Amino acid sequence: MSFSIYDFTAFNQAIDKALFDNCSPFWATVWELTIIGLVFLIAYALMGLFLVYAERKVCAFIQNRVGPNRVGPYGFFQTIADFIKLMLKELITIKNADKVLFNIAPFIVIIVNFMAIAAIPFAKGLHAIDFDIGILYVVAVSSLSVVGVLLAGWSSNSKFSLIGAMRSGAQIVSYELSVSLSLITMIILAGTMQFSAIVEGQADGWFIFKGHIPAIIAFVVYLIASTAEINRGPFDLAEAESELTAGFHTEYSGIKFAFFYLSEFMNMFIVASIAATLFLGGWMPFHIGGWTGFNNVMDFIPPIVWYIGKTFFLIWVIMLFKWTFPRLRIDQLLTLEWKYLLPINLVNILIMAFIVLMGWHF
Amino acid sequence: MNSFFKYFSDIFRAVTSLLKGMSVTAGYFFSPGQIVTQQYPENRKTLKMFDRFKGEVIMPHNGQNQHRCTGCAICETNCPNGSIEIIQAKVDMPDGKKKRIIDKHIYHLSMCTFCGLCIKSCPSNALAWGQEFEHAVFDRTKLTKILNQPGSSIIKDIAE
Repeated sequence: MSFSIYDFTAFNQAIDKALFDNCSPFWATVWELTIIGLVFLIAYALMGLFLVYAERKVCAFIQNRVGPNRVGPYGFFQTIADFIKLMLKELITIKNADKVLFNIAPFIVIIVNFMAIAAIPFAKGLHAIDFDIGILYVVAVSSLSVVGVLLAGWSSNSKFSLIGAMRSGAQIVSYELSVSLSLITMIILAGTMQFSAIVEGQADGWFIFKGHIPAIIAFVVYLIASTAEINRGPFDLAEAESELTAGFHTEYSGIKFAFFYLSEFMNMFIVASIAATLFLGGWMPFHIGGWTGFNNVMDFIPPIVWYIGKTFFLIWVIMLFKWTFPRLRIDQLLTLEWKYLLPINLVNILIMAFIVLMGWHF
Repeated sequence: MNSFFKYFSDIFRAVTSLLKGMSVTAGYFFSPGQIVTQQYPENRKTLKMFDRFKGEVIMPHNGQNQHRCTGCAICETNCPNGSIEIIQAKVDMPDGKKKRIIDKHIYHLSMCTFCGLCIKSCPSNALAWGQEFEHAVFDRTKLTKILNQPGSSIIKDIAE
């Protein structure tokens, strides 16, 4: 079994072959699904805990504070302590709540996260499913999370939850449009919807450099719209703390609250991953077409490091949004989407199509 | 046509103003030397509170164990929640008259709201704010303090 940090394809195929040699095809498939599920579960939990810690530290540094620094070195185990606390807390049952929907809602949000994360390429060969319509799949699946939010708000039997959920619905439905249109701009440039092909297509330069100005505009629009789509500040109307206590998850406690909280951070991770893959080349090292020596030096850094670096840079930018800008009002939110982002996006697609048609891109 | 240009100039102004805000926060993020939070239990040795900090009411004494309190009890009258009790004494003066002096200036820290009326109303500036703030004790009686030190006397030139 050969293991290389630069290419996981051979490693995965070796595991696959070993399983199919030793078990019947049915059990081999079951084993593979179990292994992938466990890997994602562990990665999800660790990533979620780390992102909560990162958010608190970033916000502290921006506000000239120190942040969590009591549990472990630099407060690194703070979120683990918080997680244990949330696990031990009582799950309060709400009187007159719709019990079934109330209990299902956090799981819908989490399942949607898992479905979206499955299609993301982490490194060469480190990719759970490689659909030929990968981007369409991710966009379709990630917009399902609004169902969980709406169910949570509706079933809680609380006015704060209901208002939060309705705002979230209006917001996600309108901003989904901008996200999809800015992704379509990049699909025109890439010529494919398959994630692995998109990453391979950036071997001689990332799409944000290859696509001239339309790609940069699409990148900015995607960052703004996806920040709104994941209900993060300055677009956090759905859980506006000062107006609605906690919005759609006001009535949740204990581990169910933690699920909503975790899914918010994982949504941020997913949109940052997609942005990194489509605009900044995913796990592809920084290449400049024709500079072979330079490209070979860049290839020494493992793809997974490139992927994580780009994703965390984008996560940092999204966090910077939250701790810089004040929250928008609902009418300002819809004005921004329908009067500014949508027309800009439509014109941008036209320009990009023209550039690709004339072959002006690199 | 005018509104057409306004649309784009609005976008341009919005983007520049947002970038300006983000450069401020990013500047703070990349300069951790500006952190203003004090690490309290660690910096107890070097911690110095600011001048106007209201820790507790004290009665400053000079080197000869002398204070400025005449025992007039104006602070006791002015205290809104009765945290000050004045016990006076009478001493015989050399010229045969009797003079009122302070015997015990009792200060109940547990009842004090730190309003500062006693310090403001004192005619001879005998009281002041102390910088001590770690007042937690296991026994409530320890919060009752006698501000004038034993054996202390009044500075000579203090008038009524």
